[in-house]
Amino acid sequence: MRLDGKGQIDRTTPISFTFDGKRIDGFKGDTIASALLANGVRLVARSFKYHRPRGIMTAGSEEPNALVTVGTGTETDPNVRATTARIYDGMVVRSQNAFPSLRFDAMAMNDLAAPFFGAGFYYKTFMWPKKAWEKIYEPFIRRAAGLGGLSGRPSERRQEKAFAFCDILVIGGGPSGLMAALTAAQSGADVILADENPELGGRLGHDRVTINETGGRDWAAAMDAKLRAMPNVRIMAQTAVTGAYDGGVFGALEQVSDSTGEGVQTCFWRITAKASILCAGAIERPIAFANNDRPGIMMASAVRGYLHKYGVAVGDKVAVFGDNDSAHQTALDLVDAGVNVVALIDSRPDVKIDATFPVYSAAEVFDTKGRHGLTKVGIRQGTDETWIDADCLAISGGWNPSVHLTCHMNGRPTWDAGIQAFVPTPNSIPNMCVAGAASGVFSTMAALETGSDCALDQCRALGFDVGTIDLPSAENTKYTIDPLWDVMGDGRKWLDFQNDVTTKDVRQAAQENMTSVEHMKRYTTQGMAPDQGKNSNVNALAILADATGREIAQTGTTTFRPPYTPVPIGVMGAGGQGKTFAPERFTTSHIASLSRRAPMIETGLWYRPSYFPQDGETTWREAADREVNMVRNHVGIADVSTLGKIDVQGKDAAEFLDFIYINSFSTLRENRVRYGVMLREDGHVMDDGTTARIGPNHFVMTTTTAAAGPVLRHMEFVHQALKPQLDVSMISVTENWAQFAIAGPKSRDLLNLVLDHPIDNDSFPFMACGTVSAFGVTGRLFRISFSGEHAYEIAVPSRYGDALYRMLLAQAESLGGGAYGMEAMNALRVEKGFLTHSDMDGRTTAFDLGLQGMMSKKKDFIGKTMAARAGLMDPMRPRLVGLKPVAKGHRLTAGAHLFDVDADCIRENSLGWVSSWCHSPTFDHELALAFLKNGPERIGEKIKLNDHMRGISTLCEVCSPQFFDPEGARTRG
Amino acid sequence: MRIECPHCGERDLREFYYQGDATLAKRPAADAGEDAWDHYVHLRKNPAGVTSELWCHERGCGAWIVVERNTTTHAITSTKLVGDF
Repeated sequence: MRLDGKGQIDRTTPISFTFDGKRIDGFKGDTIASALLANGVRLVARSFKYHRPRGIMTAGSEEPNALVTVGTGTETDPNVRATTARIYDGMVVRSQNAFPSLRFDAMAMNDLAAPFFGAGFYYKTFMWPKKAWEKIYEPFIRRAAGLGGLSGRPSERRQEKAFAFCDILVIGGGPSGLMAALTAAQSGADVILADENPELGGRLGHDRVTINETGGRDWAAAMDAKLRAMPNVRIMAQTAVTGAYDGGVFGALEQVSDSTGEGVQTCFWRITAKASILCAGAIERPIAFANNDRPGIMMASAVRGYLHKYGVAVGDKVAVFGDNDSAHQTALDLVDAGVNVVALIDSRPDVKIDATFPVYSAAEVFDTKGRHGLTKVGIRQGTDETWIDADCLAISGGWNPSVHLTCHMNGRPTWDAGIQAFVPTPNSIPNMCVAGAASGVFSTMAALETGSDCALDQCRALGFDVGTIDLPSAENTKYTIDPLWDVMGDGRKWLDFQNDVTTKDVRQAAQENMTSVEHMKRYTTQGMAPDQGKNSNVNALAILADATGREIAQTGTTTFRPPYTPVPIGVMGAGGQGKTFAPERFTTSHIASLSRRAPMIETGLWYRPSYFPQDGETTWREAADREVNMVRNHVGIADVSTLGKIDVQGKDAAEFLDFIYINSFSTLRENRVRYGVMLREDGHVMDDGTTARIGPNHFVMTTTTAAAGPVLRHMEFVHQALKPQLDVSMISVTENWAQFAIAGPKSRDLLNLVLDHPIDNDSFPFMACGTVSAFGVTGRLFRISFSGEHAYEIAVPSRYGDALYRMLLAQAESLGGGAYGMEAMNALRVEKGFLTHSDMDGRTTAFDLGLQGMMSKKKDFIGKTMAARAGLMDPMRPRLVGLKPVAKGHRLTAGAHLFDVDADCIRENSLGWVSSWCHSPTFDHELALAFLKNGPERIGEKIKLNDHMRGISTLCEVCSPQFFDPEGARTRG
Repeated sequence: MRIECPHCGERDLREFYYQGDATLAKRPAADAGEDAWDHYVHLRKNPAGVTSELWCHERGCGAWIVVERNTTTHAITSTKLVGDF
């Protein structure tokens, strides 16, 4: 029921939404919970395990019961806390975990079977048969017990991630946080003040508090305005700091807007702070008594909050039950607002209160009645038991400081007997101090004082000049508590409302020797729900302590882990979906390739053409075979820009390359290119490629496409760590140059159609390089071949790549040639026995590849010592050979294993494997490169290829990997 | 996590590539013998405490950095260029 003249929300702006299809009217500023309560809706959820009817229990992010699903379609958000989500027009809210309806939930039969469902039920019951767990039990249990579901479709939420930096991060904007932020800001520090609520003030908005003779909420509003006016303060409202991480980094989730707006909805922040002040407040804890989970039973502080902040009276007949003075305030505030208080029940004797309502001291609530909502409260005073009518019971079992963030880096809180709660252990998080209720001081004055003191300490530590601060005045009453954890009596007494854990479960865990708090947690699931036991863990520890005859301090706590409140995975990964997760890298010929209908294939992040289909060709093989023949007989063009290009310069560049490569580059003449192999320090091949000397102290290295990044990083390491004395520097120029292979007998004819000055075999012999000009554009020409043909690679600055590629293609077509793709390129190189990373898979040595002769004896190089180990030079290692089928049409496959002809095809008999494969149009049969034990010595022998996966077995002849033109005459043509 | 690059100042973890133990920066001579090379290439301590690690500021200046870090607290006690290690 909404009370006239109460609350702080905007009564001039009505907002309506639906809850389970029924229209609910509220106002701007209402949460789902306050609007439901204002409309007398008490039943909002069914519990996780027993499907018990549940209502709204709190007014904050610790809410265990009132989880709802908001939105429809791909914008469905499950498990939204009704107590924090603000309403907007047209909002669609649904209850969860109930079928067919919230009121008549079929699964409520679980509640009747509750005696069987205690702690350890699943472990003990669903043991046999073993297979049934995955197939029957678990799916069934998961359907029966649960929370809200996802839409099952990709989210269309507008999410973002962002970074922020400050001197001091103040976490929580209650009285201590506001005071800390102002003090720090006035000392000159850059301050971020983050609070999970839309308005600053914390409990000042939920309570009747006077600061400097004005109302607490007016003081908070004035502080808000003052802070916002300061250039060194950033206020982040609706931003929950969810975790404390290494190096002063904090995670924070900002609710930027609801789904009605156009902008970003949620943003995940990583805030880096030199120091932090935790002002996270405290959470009121319930009391365990029989049937303490009925809708209408709420936290006493929440009842005050709904009254003062939202102007909602949560009941017509309110009873209040507590073990500390803060419960009294609820009763007094309700009476002041004209709400009927039917009883104040205080477990302590000698209760001092000036009351107009019945007061039961040294009394307790022992049971309640009301299936879908509270109707009666049973009060026991001594041996007298009476039942009174009540539709709301406000309970307070004391306050737990919100220590969570102080425990995110392995810290454990300390038990404070004075307030019967855990408080933060100092220095649990580097450069963090804790103020206000989070530190265990509960008066407003103490909050203001500790907030200011913490800020002064942090500012001094950071070297700011601190002045004197005028503290406002406020109430400074002492907090007293005589804790009541567990009211004697039968019936189920809930501890963890979200996971349906009762006192009996905890006691049973103790009885079954789960006496460690971590064992108890896992056995009962206490604190393992999305709320992580925010308002129940300490109560459960107290019960465990009692059951095991220990003090709470000895019992200890379970581990607090981030996030403090749930963070959707989607917002953590914001900006990393689809193409922004794996960006596309396009060559300059990409558009021209697409216009020729080339299917593109991913090579890392690059996209390269597979083949260029022509009219009438129905399979990739037809196109690839034609392209191979075209290169062998005429001329072909291929974009090779994706290969890594590293520019190496310096007086000692040649000496440096000598150390990187197994072979020598200091002996390479200017304007010449050489093939090189580099090893890892463990003696295995890292990469290969050609390096051109384009000046006395200037080299251009190429790497394989895949290894471009790792090779540059490796070279930087070798230079910086191992050879810092060398005068050399290097940089990636992969994307600066567009480079095209021109391969085939007519390659020079074609080149001379585009070059401004023609070349011939004398001016440009095999493995020459130099500067050329094409249509006035200066580029580089390398006479190198990956096809075995007379071939060149021409490189021009990338901005000319598209034009040059189209020009080359046009001229090639006039000579009977054209474009070739990756499939043809692979066949061409396999026919020649040229290597790719298929053949250098990280286990391969230069010896395995038959390249041991390249390893220089005259110099040290990376990998030299380890490559010389006997095991790496053993002839019995699988070594590179070629394979061809004995019968022409038979198939070879990459990945197949090799066996002696009469051996069983089992793992133990494997003699090696096939690393590369192609169909060779040149030979009109299949070819493979393979690694075979003792391979080079077995050339001419027969071997059996077996591919278990594809069901292929082929008799092969072992041969040299250089199938085509082994003398290399064609490249020199 | 934040790492102080000696060239660029304190930067986010995401800018760095992690290599492993800093032993790799102390390459033995080619003729140092099998044991020395076995140690260099294969053998690593796994302390609960202070370690020296190689990180590369790959998405920054490209510097290789030796980071002294406590594996139990994750506290970084020093960073220096690998050339000064």
